[in-house]
Amino acid sequence: MIDLDGAAYSYGGGELLSDMSLAIVQGGFYFLTGPSGSGKTTFLKLCYGALFPTKGAIRLFDQDVTTMTRDDIAQIRRRIGVVHQDCQFIDHLSVQENIAMPLSVSGNATLAEDANLKELIAWVGLTHRAKALPPELSGGERQRAALARAIIMSPEVIIADEPTGNVDWEMSERLLTLLVELNKLGKTVLIATHDLSLIRSAKSQVQARVLRISNKNVQLAGANL
Amino acid sequence: MMSLMREFLELIRPDFQRDRVVPGTGFTAILTGFTAGAMAFLVVFALALSLAADRLGQRWSAALAQTATVRISAPADQVETQLATVLDILNTTPGIRSARSLTAEEQQSLLQPWFGTDLPLEDLPIPRLIDITEDETGFDAAGLRLRLAAEAPGAVLDDHARWRKPLVQAAARLSWLAVLCIAVIGLTTAAMVILAARAALAANAQVITVLRLIGAKDHYIAAAFVRRFTLRSFLGASAGVIPAAVALFALPGSAEHVSVLSGLRFQGIEWITLVAVPPTLALVALLATRYAAMRVLEGLS
Repeated sequence: MIDLDGAAYSYGGGELLSDMSLAIVQGGFYFLTGPSGSGKTTFLKLCYGALFPTKGAIRLFDQDVTTMTRDDIAQIRRRIGVVHQDCQFIDHLSVQENIAMPLSVSGNATLAEDANLKELIAWVGLTHRAKALPPELSGGERQRAALARAIIMSPEVIIADEPTGNVDWEMSERLLTLLVELNKLGKTVLIATHDLSLIRSAKSQVQARVLRISNKNVQLAGANL
Repeated sequence: MMSLMREFLELIRPDFQRDRVVPGTGFTAILTGFTAGAMAFLVVFALALSLAADRLGQRWSAALAQTATVRISAPADQVETQLATVLDILNTTPGIRSARSLTAEEQQSLLQPWFGTDLPLEDLPIPRLIDITEDETGFDAAGLRLRLAAEAPGAVLDDHARWRKPLVQAAARLSWLAVLCIAVIGLTTAAMVILAARAALAANAQVITVLRLIGAKDHYIAAAFVRRFTLRSFLGASAGVIPAAVALFALPGSAEHVSVLSGLRFQGIEWITLVAVPPTLALVALLATRYAAMRVLEGLS
């Protein structure tokens, strides 16, 4: 699904990530770890086409990102649900409208009122907050709303950047459970986190693999985490 | 061409969800509406000036075409003789339908605006005037001048061409100047809308980030801004046309006065042109916003 072949990324004259070769396979559950500033977010951005490799190649769904048009990239992003730590929303639209926005973007606006939308909002536990505006939500609610928005188009891959960074342990567990459920439905999940307890918790529920960034490189970590 | 048409249709296609993506308020909304209103107001007057100048040019052209005047300035004892000679010549000249000597009363009334009613005009050596009406073929002015010079040395032919042409040219130029004004107003509107759209795009950077994250193509994002700005411009222009129409209606529009200023008011079917002003400015806004949006979006990673 996501293949890196000697990929590197440089910015401002320095190489942030170098010579990465790995494959994110369908149905896998991956954690990406590494110290702050090691390039986790950059790696994730490379994985959903927000950044392009400056060396080597990255293929998303068997397409080389460097040869894609802007519209191709947009099309690819509909197959990849992204959740950021500082999840951004369109603040003047309700939570429900924000979650339904990918449907409008992909030309399925009529589905916005569909029962599936309500079901999804209920699944992430935001039924009572559906009409609220995003600035009115708590950190955990924002994360869950972002997750609902990321998966409404039933993407094949879900990428989450520190999804539990701003929430308490209970909410972290709840978010993790949602992501594990999605993985069991066949979705590929890639989560960047520095929270080892979250990784241990996930490993008890799912076959999770850990990618570690060290020395500007991403490698599959051992089982000692 | 087909893809352009599809893109245009996509831009104007209503999409409730997409249309709400850009906030409906903010200073750019006020700026765009106000600009469109002010520009529509100016366009109406430029349009009125253009049409009035065109009407005036046509009126002058029609009024002065196919007419000419012979002026006889001769010693008092020869005036009547030369008058008769000239009339004979004119009546036998091909291309002249009729030639008529102006009566003393007619000549007096022509001079009254300058000399008033009290001046004893009969005591002044005023030239006699002959009014000529041409037929469709027209006459040979050069040949007629030679005949008059030979047979009535005091007669001078004035076929009006000398001052008719510059007048008509001036009216035509005034009309084109007004058209140029409309074009400048259109460009100014476009520039203002581009500035406002760029400000709106910058102010809504988070909206754009979110839309791109969820797979929105540039056309989708651009369309959200384009529709918002087009609608604002249309409403602003409509609001600007109304006071302009009222002001224009209050102006004198008498057809009898041969003047640009006294004939500014639209006449008859010309009022319909007002209906075209808001959609035209809205189209300018549509193109300007699309240009600004696509440029900004292409500049983003």
